[in-house]
Amino acid sequence: MTENDVIVVRNLTKKFGDLVAVNNISFNVKRGEIFGFLGPNGAGKTTTINMLTTLIKPTSGEAYVEGYDVVKESNFVRQVIGLVPQEITVDDDLTGWENIMLQATLYHIPKDEARRRAKEVLELVGLLNDADRMVETYSGGMRKRLEIACGLIHRPKILFLDEPTLGLDVQTRVAIWDYIKSLRREYNMTIFLTTHYMEEADALCDRIAIIDRGVIKAIDSPDNLKRRLGGDIIEFEFANNIQLANSIISHLDFVIDHKILENKLRVKVTDGDKQLPIILERLIRSNVKVAKIVLKRPTLDDVFIELTGREFREEEGGREEIFKRRAILRRVRKV
Amino acid sequence: MRYMVSEVSALTVRELKKWYRTKMLIILSLIQPILWLGLFGKAMNMTGLLRIPEDLIQNLPPYATQQISMLFNKIIESYFGVSDIDYFSYMAIGMLTIIILFTSMFSGMSIMWDRRLGFLNKLLASPISRASIVISRILASVIRALIQATLVFFIALAFGLKLNLAGILEVILAIITLFLLSLGLSSFFIAITVRLKSWEAHMGIMNLVNLPLMFASNVLYPIKLMPEWLRGIASVNPLSFATNVLRQAFLYGSKADLTAILHDFSITLIFAVSLLVICVISSNRALREL
Repeated sequence: MTENDVIVVRNLTKKFGDLVAVNNISFNVKRGEIFGFLGPNGAGKTTTINMLTTLIKPTSGEAYVEGYDVVKESNFVRQVIGLVPQEITVDDDLTGWENIMLQATLYHIPKDEARRRAKEVLELVGLLNDADRMVETYSGGMRKRLEIACGLIHRPKILFLDEPTLGLDVQTRVAIWDYIKSLRREYNMTIFLTTHYMEEADALCDRIAIIDRGVIKAIDSPDNLKRRLGGDIIEFEFANNIQLANSIISHLDFVIDHKILENKLRVKVTDGDKQLPIILERLIRSNVKVAKIVLKRPTLDDVFIELTGREFREEEGGREEIFKRRAILRRVRKV
Repeated sequence: MRYMVSEVSALTVRELKKWYRTKMLIILSLIQPILWLGLFGKAMNMTGLLRIPEDLIQNLPPYATQQISMLFNKIIESYFGVSDIDYFSYMAIGMLTIIILFTSMFSGMSIMWDRRLGFLNKLLASPISRASIVISRILASVIRALIQATLVFFIALAFGLKLNLAGILEVILAIITLFLLSLGLSSFFIAITVRLKSWEAHMGIMNLVNLPLMFASNVLYPIKLMPEWLRGIASVNPLSFATNVLRQAFLYGSKADLTAILHDFSITLIFAVSLLVICVISSNRALREL
């Protein structure tokens, strides 16, 4: 543990009954870093955030935030962190200003100082002119920005963002990314975020931990993760006989890797654009009918498939989970 | 401690602002007691049974009339406490405790919604005292209940509630009793709902508790008219004690008994304080286990 590691997690595990939501994970987050937890729903991202923000206790293992133990020194942890939950929790029936000031009182910021800071953070998220309006008149993106502003009022050293752009449209999402980046620039804040959007992790994070079913599969920068794949991906779909195609391709010595995913055959090669014609020729010669070909440079999607052996897909949650998601979507889409 | 005061007041103000700004809800929650007062209070008119009809008075000798009215007054006095009382006034004062019950019942609702919508998590991740979260809900619920009770009181006056005040001390004790009753009931319902996640379960519990609390008490009928088993329940129902204090203070006039008031007041006080303590302790635990 060095001075620069603001979050240190060692063998952290959380079980809910028989379900192991987070399974023995370890990682460090450095000061000033934007660190992302990337994984499908139900992978254990929110459970991890809940443990780091002292909302639930780990079953075993330990975690330190700014050097404070999240279990034994939870009150110190709460002083230095800000949480922007995945749900929109700002009050519809209050104005933006009232929401911020309420938050300021909860952190015991004196009134004058609170007013000054409220202006500052509202300015930062571009809501200063709308501060006196009721939140129920806000759009989804404005609510999320207000939510972020609420998380900043006490100038936390570390900001936790749980699915910061869930349900938002593309433009708003990009705007939120800009706000998050400017936080780091202006305050040198450390940011820990979870997301199940690949492009978000790619565009925003310095480093990513890919988590699936409670286990961290890899931690690295987005570029390094993609580089690890070590080649381009060619995806084939066939009109017939995928098995035959698979065995033909397995005999080509320049193919790094190949596997069947449902009706697709994924082939990994270096210099995909040059090798593709060769593969195609072989397939046609053996009477395999190719229905569709996609050649792509590796994305985080491919990294995920590579690491977990399955496609990145939303998993069904429980009834409460579905209710929550619907509620979030309803609230952010309200214009 | 100073921190806790500012936390509690900020969160209480939040609750009350949210309540105040949903005017529709306030109006709706007043309709029910108005219906109770208007339909039940006026139609039941139990004391009306013990009145000599006009045509009989003319046919009876004055001596008999006097005897009968003395008998009737004795009966009314034994069931309703004093003889010059009408059922509507008796019941309207009871409605004050009912409205306290109806309003306090919802004390846990906001915690449940805050949990579902995620606001509770944000509160719990901030360095505020866990007790502040619960105490602010109780306080907001008590203030809402007292405001509603005041409104119902004036509505009842407009409907024909006849006051016969006992004295300043008694009336002050009665107002504090309303406060304590609301404090106890709000704590009770928060202690139950702080662990619940679905509003269906919450509604179920409210309906389950609400009817027996209301009917197994002296709020609508004199306890003396009840069968023994029901009388047993009614005589330990906190609503009965509170209603006793209120009736003595507002309706009994010079016949009010200060010792009886103090007795029932103390029991309401014990009820409120113990439930408050139980609620804060158990919800603290529930919030920690989240």
